[in-house]
Amino acid sequence: MHMADALLSPAVGGVMWLASGAALAASGRRLRRNADDRLVPLMGVIGAFVFAAQMINFAIPGTGSSGHLGGGLLLAILLGPHAALVVIASVLTVQALFFADGGLLALGANIFNLGVLPCFVAYPLLYRPIAGDGTSSRRVALGAAVAAIVGLQLGALGVVLQTIASGITSLPASTFLLLMLPVHLAIGLVEGLATAAIVLFVRRARPDLLQRSTGQRSLKPLLAAFGVAALLTGGALSWFAAQDPDGLEWSIEHAAGAELAAPNTATHGTLRRLQQALSFLPDYALPKARAEETPAESSWPNVDPETSLAGLVGGALTLAVVSLLGFGLRRRR
Amino acid sequence: MSRIDAALRELRSLEALAARDTPLARVDPRAKVLVTMAFIVTVVSFDRYSIAALLPLALFPMALAALGDVPAAPLARKLLAAAPFALFVGIFNPLLDRAPMLVYGDLAIAAGWVSFASILLRFALTVGAALVLVAATGMHPLCAALGRLGVPQVFTVQLLFLFRYAFVLGAEASRMTVARELRSCGRGMALAAYGPLLGHLLLRAFERAQRIHLAMLARGFDGELRSLWAMRWQGRDTLFVLAWCAYFVLVRAIDMPLAAGRLLLGAA
Repeated sequence: MHMADALLSPAVGGVMWLASGAALAASGRRLRRNADDRLVPLMGVIGAFVFAAQMINFAIPGTGSSGHLGGGLLLAILLGPHAALVVIASVLTVQALFFADGGLLALGANIFNLGVLPCFVAYPLLYRPIAGDGTSSRRVALGAAVAAIVGLQLGALGVVLQTIASGITSLPASTFLLLMLPVHLAIGLVEGLATAAIVLFVRRARPDLLQRSTGQRSLKPLLAAFGVAALLTGGALSWFAAQDPDGLEWSIEHAAGAELAAPNTATHGTLRRLQQALSFLPDYALPKARAEETPAESSWPNVDPETSLAGLVGGALTLAVVSLLGFGLRRRR
Repeated sequence: MSRIDAALRELRSLEALAARDTPLARVDPRAKVLVTMAFIVTVVSFDRYSIAALLPLALFPMALAALGDVPAAPLARKLLAAAPFALFVGIFNPLLDRAPMLVYGDLAIAAGWVSFASILLRFALTVGAALVLVAATGMHPLCAALGRLGVPQVFTVQLLFLFRYAFVLGAEASRMTVARELRSCGRGMALAAYGPLLGHLLLRAFERAQRIHLAMLARGFDGELRSLWAMRWQGRDTLFVLAWCAYFVLVRAIDMPLAAGRLLLGAA
């Protein structure tokens, strides 16, 4: 599922941009060092293949519905993780630019969720050990299924964490996870089936093509991406939170109450927020916490008829002016 | 028409829009990329309950669409097609965040509806701006601009190759699926057919890449793509960037719609 600009805060979007940028740069350097110029057209054409393959559906046995390929894991198996990350990033960029899937700020988050996680977590840590040297078709199929499912679960977790940390939605993390993870279990299974079907075919028809990606193993892009993400989440989020305590910070303040107030030194605050941002299942969103929040919300300072009306009138006026300017510019041409 | 053909037509239509000579097409692509990124960051930096304060920013995509002569109907169609995820996540806000926020006489509007409307507005603004950027610039100038702005060449070249061969492999994939559909009496594709069909497409892709590589070598390819097309940054490009950024800062700093509304109500 593509993350959207509308759900991101600049801090989270920027952090994910830098994290994905670091991983892409590390992969790009690795590719340049290998200096295999056959890869240039190959990556382009295989990217076009994934682009087309995403639009071909197959029937899912016994359900009456249909699914299609995402492609991150397949690319890693065919090209190796470094080239795969560059290819999947380019596919996501074209989708963001031409089909409004996601958005330009969310592109960093999407490359991380759908590129870095399958290529540098699911592929080396799950597919490679399970599939082994690729001589057993059963192990290849099992490896593809497990890696695809785990990769998509991680991606869904990424979407949830990025959305919650941005604080645009009121959806509690636990509910959002309950909505996203089962859906992506199904999507991951479909991805695994599709990946296994294609890899097994290629293995029968042209086993030499699968040799390309074996041998080289490096977790550097992954470490680069996670390092940047961790550092910046602490730094940037705490800075933004200090400016404008909303969303995550705001609900934590309300849920925890005053008795949890920690010593208010800058270092402590940064570490506390870092820990909050990195905690896996933040429990501040449980029903009890929300119940405590409600009285605070009802005394929201902005409930003011005068401001409400002024906002409505001014908004309508702005829209009218902007539309007139837009149409005026069109006319003039 | 199959989904692949529809997608290829979308790609082609935006690229065709970009090929025309409009006032916006003459602006340096780097300027357009920088301003669009600044715009998107400005939009998402507003707090979650902003609606009226965001509206002056609609001037940017509307003015650019006008200057670039980008028709509104296809943009709106794309926006609608891409909306479901923002809708899905946003629709929980009205259910969960019920504190009243705006009051009009007896009518109180919950904060959740306000933030939901804000999400939809942000979505339309950010995505609209990105689409206008592509429709007014085109893929080749855009990639050249990204390269000049510091994006590694391995990525810009990859984008250009992907864009070029999406049409070739898309047409091939479309022919294969149509051929299968004509012979399968309306049945969906079983996994047993899916693997070989996509596998063959993949093998053809590998072979095509090999032919392209040989053709490139025959023309002196040494790992780098060169272009004769030169970008020239002119004074008006600086003006374009500075004027828009100043406008974004102004809109971010002063809630003009609220001030205008107060002024009108005060005068009445």
